[in-house]
Amino acid sequence: MTEFLFGSFPYAAVLLAVGAGVYRYFSDRFSYTSHSTQFLENRWLFWGSVPWHYGILIVLLAHILAALFPGAWGLLIGTPARLFIIEATGLALGLLALFGCALLLARRLLRPRLLAVTTAMDWIILLVLLLQVASGVTIAWKYRWGSAWYLHTAVPWLGSLVRLRPETAYVAALPAVVKFHLVNAFVLVALLPFTRLVHLFTIPVSYAWRPYLLFFWNRRGPHPAGDGK
Amino acid sequence: MDVRAQVSMVFHLDKCIGCHTCSVSCKNVWTDRRGAEYMWWNNVESRPGTGYPTLWEDQEKYRGGWEKRGRGLELRLQGRAGSFANLFFNPYLPTLDDYYEPWTYRYADLFAAPPGDDQPTARPISQITGKPIDIEAGPNWDDDLGGSAIYAAGDPSLGKLSEEERSQIFALERIFCFYLPRICNHCLNPSCIASCPAGAIYKRGEDGIVLVSQEKCRAWRMCISGCPYKKVYYNWESGKSEKCILCYPRVETGQAPACFHSCVGRIRYQGVLLYDAGRIEEAANAPAERLVAAQREVILDPSEATVVAAARRSGVPDAMIDAARKSPVYRFVKEFRIALPLHPEFRTVPMLFYVPPLLPVVAFAENGRKRLAGDFFSSLESARVPVRYLASLLSAGNETVVTEVLTRIMAVRIHRKAKTVGEEVPGEAERALSRAGISSREAEEIYRLTSLPAYEDRFVIPPAARESAIESFEDPFAAKGETGIGFLRRRKGGKGR
Repeated sequence: MTEFLFGSFPYAAVLLAVGAGVYRYFSDRFSYTSHSTQFLENRWLFWGSVPWHYGILIVLLAHILAALFPGAWGLLIGTPARLFIIEATGLALGLLALFGCALLLARRLLRPRLLAVTTAMDWIILLVLLLQVASGVTIAWKYRWGSAWYLHTAVPWLGSLVRLRPETAYVAALPAVVKFHLVNAFVLVALLPFTRLVHLFTIPVSYAWRPYLLFFWNRRGPHPAGDGK
Repeated sequence: MDVRAQVSMVFHLDKCIGCHTCSVSCKNVWTDRRGAEYMWWNNVESRPGTGYPTLWEDQEKYRGGWEKRGRGLELRLQGRAGSFANLFFNPYLPTLDDYYEPWTYRYADLFAAPPGDDQPTARPISQITGKPIDIEAGPNWDDDLGGSAIYAAGDPSLGKLSEEERSQIFALERIFCFYLPRICNHCLNPSCIASCPAGAIYKRGEDGIVLVSQEKCRAWRMCISGCPYKKVYYNWESGKSEKCILCYPRVETGQAPACFHSCVGRIRYQGVLLYDAGRIEEAANAPAERLVAAQREVILDPSEATVVAAARRSGVPDAMIDAARKSPVYRFVKEFRIALPLHPEFRTVPMLFYVPPLLPVVAFAENGRKRLAGDFFSSLESARVPVRYLASLLSAGNETVVTEVLTRIMAVRIHRKAKTVGEEVPGEAERALSRAGISSREAEEIYRLTSLPAYEDRFVIPPAARESAIESFEDPFAAKGETGIGFLRRRKGGKGR
């Protein structure tokens, strides 16, 4: 079971995500949208969406940076004071994200207008996200100093996955809630292309430098936005 | 000189009877589907009024358009960094309740109700939730000044009037009402394009029509706040923004858009304007009192040889240049100078122009008796619509511009009155014309284009000539069988791909 969950399932999840994501992008680009519901419901969304996005983005970024640069991260948490600050900030942001996510779920349940635009996949992804954040917050609270032991457990395991030699021993002895957090993370990856989460990959970075006005000529070459369509 | 062509519009407000035929034909063609029920790409508002969506002109609320910052122009909505920070929640987005919740009726109840003593009724149900609703607002809720104490009193343009003037308009003898039909202005400096983080909105180089790419839109919804006219709408079903497309499939084949074609009062004109793309920013950035003048300067004279040569160099087809010469819009805006842009102070350089309404006071009360006004068509001071109101609508507050326009329109009326029923005071028509600075020949032309235009006088639209557009850039045989099929991806190789 451990071999399957931590040795094979991550590969299946990533393959599915990439394959289905690319297929969806080229066959049904119309469906690539964040599908905002702010137009139908404004007030709850503010208290849900803002804490959720700012909380989860920073926490996720910390996870990714620590996994990519374990050495630098190790230096960063080198003193007890800094470790404490990072742990406390992480927990606070996690709670913020949890609050936001729970509100986003409640909002869809309680506002009738939103029920009309909510699909089965929306429910599933919100639930999986809620479980992921809840398990993360639980870990941060119960198994203190995760920013340190993350470097010796999940990070080498992720590294072994990248090297195509999965070593499940790194994570085999971890507590159940941590294992759940790891597996659920790859469930999220697998679900990505089937949900509105694809908007993660459409962050409009080019807006930072592109010209304000866009003219588009029917066959006169590309227009300034990029792909010449 | 970077000359480009723009398919532009004129709406003659004196002729609008407020019948909403334009809105209905647009709705039937484009927005009669789920997610778009509440949208009116074309709508007709009663003025004074708060319009649709409610208070759309209030840019403190919605932050549409541009504002001068330092020497340049910036979006009133937010800077580039701000648009990333507000990606998760746009604080200035109008929501469904600022428009209205679309509804239908449960007609089946009329047939399915069990026998009883009461007449069965069809209850209104929301078109979003499908549940019964209490209707609180709808399209044109304040049509013909209905409930104007609540709605019209909130008109932002009335804010420019004094307390006394404001109370006067709502007195029965002084009350005025005119209709303001609105579609997308297909601006030269569109803030919807500028505010879209995904770069999904673009202006077509050939004819200036502004469109939303449905494939690129990611529902960041900045365009909805960004457009000061609130003419980009959010489809809550598809999660995409939509807007007036100026019926481009019709325009491309030389036909007038549905709302233009169906207009009962024949108030709508469509024609080509040539403009200098290099001077758009200059026009948008002019001081408020010069905005109308600056916009007139950007529009070029299509009979000038240098303009024509520059247009050819920029790849404007001859058919477009020919159409620009016959353009009714050019005549109204540049020659007659009686058509003005709506809210030029939003600085988007809108390309839909309005001939302001002339609502003279015909009679007034004196000692409890009604009397015909002596200065029937000649006194602007006694005109029903305060010049200041029109100025805040059509000239960024510059009353001279509006006075000039109204004087011309009045002169035409006096001239025509003299021709048909004779002059009350000898020399009246000549004096009016010289005051307005137009010749009797010009007055006659304004009259003809206003009152007697045929279909082909009102709509001068060259077909898009896609075949020649291909020819000038690549081998037509290579593109044969491709145009119109709508391939999503381009074939490899070939010139210009």
